[in-house]
Amino acid sequence: MGELNPKTDPLLLDPNKSGAPGIVLTTLDQAVAWARANSIWPMLFGLACCAIEMMSAQSSRYDMSRFGMELMRASPRQSDLMIVAGRLSRKMAPVLRRLYDQMPEPKYVIAMGDCASCGGIFNNYAIVQGVDEIVPVDVYVAGCPPRPEALIDGVLQLQRKIARQRAGEVLHVGAIDIRSE
Amino acid sequence: MGMLQNAVNWLLGRDQRGAWELHEEMRERQLEQMLIPTWEEGESGPRMLLNMGPQHPSTHGVLRLFLELEGERVVRVEPDIGFLHTGIEKTFEYKKYEQGVTLTPRTDYLSNVFNTWAYCMAVEKLLEVEIPPRAEYVRVIMGELQRISSHLVWLGTHALDIGAMSVFLYAFREREMILDIFEMVTGARMMMSYFRPGGLAWDIPDGFEEVVASFIDLMPSRIDEYEALLTNNPIWRERTQGVGVVDAETAMAMSVTGPILRATGVAWDLRKAMPYSVYSEFEFDVPVGTHGDVFDRYRVRMQEMRESIKIIRQALDKLPGGPHRVDNHKVAPPPKEEIYLSMEALIHHFKLWTEGMLVPPGEAYAAIEGPRGEIGFYVVSDGSARPYRVHMRSPSFNNLQIISHMAEGGLVADLIAIIASLDPVLGEIDR
Amino acid sequence: MDRTDIETTTEPTTADLVRETFGEAVLDITERLGETTITLTPKALPDVARWLRDERGFEMCVDVTAADFPQDKERFRVVYHLLSLSRRERVRLAVRVGGKKPTVPTLTTVWPGVNFCEREVYDMFGVHFEGHPNLKRILMPEDWDGHPLRKDYPLGYEPVQFTHNFEEIDAKKPYAKS
Repeated sequence: MGELNPKTDPLLLDPNKSGAPGIVLTTLDQAVAWARANSIWPMLFGLACCAIEMMSAQSSRYDMSRFGMELMRASPRQSDLMIVAGRLSRKMAPVLRRLYDQMPEPKYVIAMGDCASCGGIFNNYAIVQGVDEIVPVDVYVAGCPPRPEALIDGVLQLQRKIARQRAGEVLHVGAIDIRSE
Repeated sequence: MGMLQNAVNWLLGRDQRGAWELHEEMRERQLEQMLIPTWEEGESGPRMLLNMGPQHPSTHGVLRLFLELEGERVVRVEPDIGFLHTGIEKTFEYKKYEQGVTLTPRTDYLSNVFNTWAYCMAVEKLLEVEIPPRAEYVRVIMGELQRISSHLVWLGTHALDIGAMSVFLYAFREREMILDIFEMVTGARMMMSYFRPGGLAWDIPDGFEEVVASFIDLMPSRIDEYEALLTNNPIWRERTQGVGVVDAETAMAMSVTGPILRATGVAWDLRKAMPYSVYSEFEFDVPVGTHGDVFDRYRVRMQEMRESIKIIRQALDKLPGGPHRVDNHKVAPPPKEEIYLSMEALIHHFKLWTEGMLVPPGEAYAAIEGPRGEIGFYVVSDGSARPYRVHMRSPSFNNLQIISHMAEGGLVADLIAIIASLDPVLGEIDR
Repeated sequence: MDRTDIETTTEPTTADLVRETFGEAVLDITERLGETTITLTPKALPDVARWLRDERGFEMCVDVTAADFPQDKERFRVVYHLLSLSRRERVRLAVRVGGKKPTVPTLTTVWPGVNFCEREVYDMFGVHFEGHPNLKRILMPEDWDGHPLRKDYPLGYEPVQFTHNFEEIDAKKPYAKS
């Protein structure tokens, strides 16, 4: 067993002291995806009951900021995640779409709760049966309303999804297709 | 007109076009109407028309306000609501009475116990059944816990709107404790649907009394903590005192109820004035304000939390034993163990879950004091198992009208404090 | 004083007084489940309301709503729930209207707080309130067709997607796929 030479062995070099550069090898794709996934800025946008659970998820006990997405922005132009928290009425639908259009790319949508995912128990004239009729949805979170843990899980799923994404790839090709129809 | 016809056709399923085109059309049309701000000439200079909401951090949901401004002064406020219209009253007509219970918590999601309570009271009135005392006491305990949790959300968001960020975190800390109690009893944090016409869905679990007792022992010191943060805080006082003043006559004429009315000095609390359930057996005070401004509303609500704790303590001490729902098996199902042994019980169970309870024809209005004011349910029955018409008198809906009285002539920044002090819940405004 | 004297000196109820004062404008008075319902002709409504407010202390009209009975000639029953804070009393006023353009006189002149409620009834039932300062839709979009709470208006539900009708619904909803 040979002795480790602290002067030459890279394992023992303290980069802070020796000045040896710690080299990280990665692809641009991975670096961008890592940065994107861990700095999501959700939009401060609540519709109904689920918005209260969304507030719970950000408050003292559940503390969503542990996962790198604490910064709620009130303006769609500064945010890249829209959490549709609650039922979407037909009167609100155009507004929601406008907010989505105002968000910069890349943008993501979480449908939080049953109403946002599929209309929930309100299958009637007033409620859009799932926000996927209006905007493309990345993650659906079930529950009426979902527990804060469920929302956090949904966010983690989204982060995993973003981490697989390639830089420069527009995720929602579908959105553009539909508009040109 | 063709567009409208298309919309109707699509709704009725006659149109094979996708919803997308429809929404696209609706969107363009609505956006045309929405494209403000614009300028107009007012009496003292130019007047700006400004659109606030429906997506705005301090409108507590999807409230939209048309503002007419002269500089920083608000000249006119017109609320525009309906962005959360859910068609709940229509859906009620297609559900059985018991199924309707699940719709009630989703109207006002912050005080869902009260909605279910008022609905159950209206149905019980039509059925002419008296529910057992244990159920009444448990209802009172759950209701008062809910009142505290609702006021905590109000407190947190109100402080957040004015800029006191930390109060929000404190308030939600205690709210989680209340939600834990709810979860222990019902299995759900928010949408409980725990009350049923004829009593409760099931009895309270073991250990409920101890958990509630330890919570109400802790809570007064926590309320002191909030007050230490806010009540004598000069910024808080500056932002709330003398803002959004309304007098008692105006408030009554505008059908305002709840803490907003009490802040004007009218000691009107349905629990005291027209006691329902078992409220006549408890001792508590009705806190009132004097000026009717935002600060008084804050004081009234803080005091109400303390009174709720008093009520819960008395109710826990007096909590009687006995059944948790009525013995009338036309209304409430028989106990499960009886179903295995008695033919009659089995038939009752079967009838109740297939046909539903038959409610005698008539109309009834039951009102209770919710955290925001009078919650009333007006139920019309035609004798079948489904209600003919259910209407909810939601307090926020009426309370919201007074916003123009409060805000006109004030500053835009005060408008934020006023909205927060009204504590509107859009879910019950739009239903 | 003997017993009959005491009985005659008891205070008359609000319903009795309304009947006494307004006579033939009162179509019906029912007392059921502890609630008083006074059915009026639509024309007399503002006068009765003002009288109740001024003479009987009904400071508040807590709620206005309606119900639709399409089989009747006067299909809409508009209902007002009044509350007296000073007398701790509730009373319900009801009027029946029908026809092509069902119209009720507004009560915003008596209680300004019924403004939103009447707009809601207009929106949901299509009952017009004559003299209302701002009668337009409140909950539904401005250009909505129909009045949702009428009994002949469908619930407007969409079929739920299951495995057996998956293809059929999927064809109608291309936007739901992505």
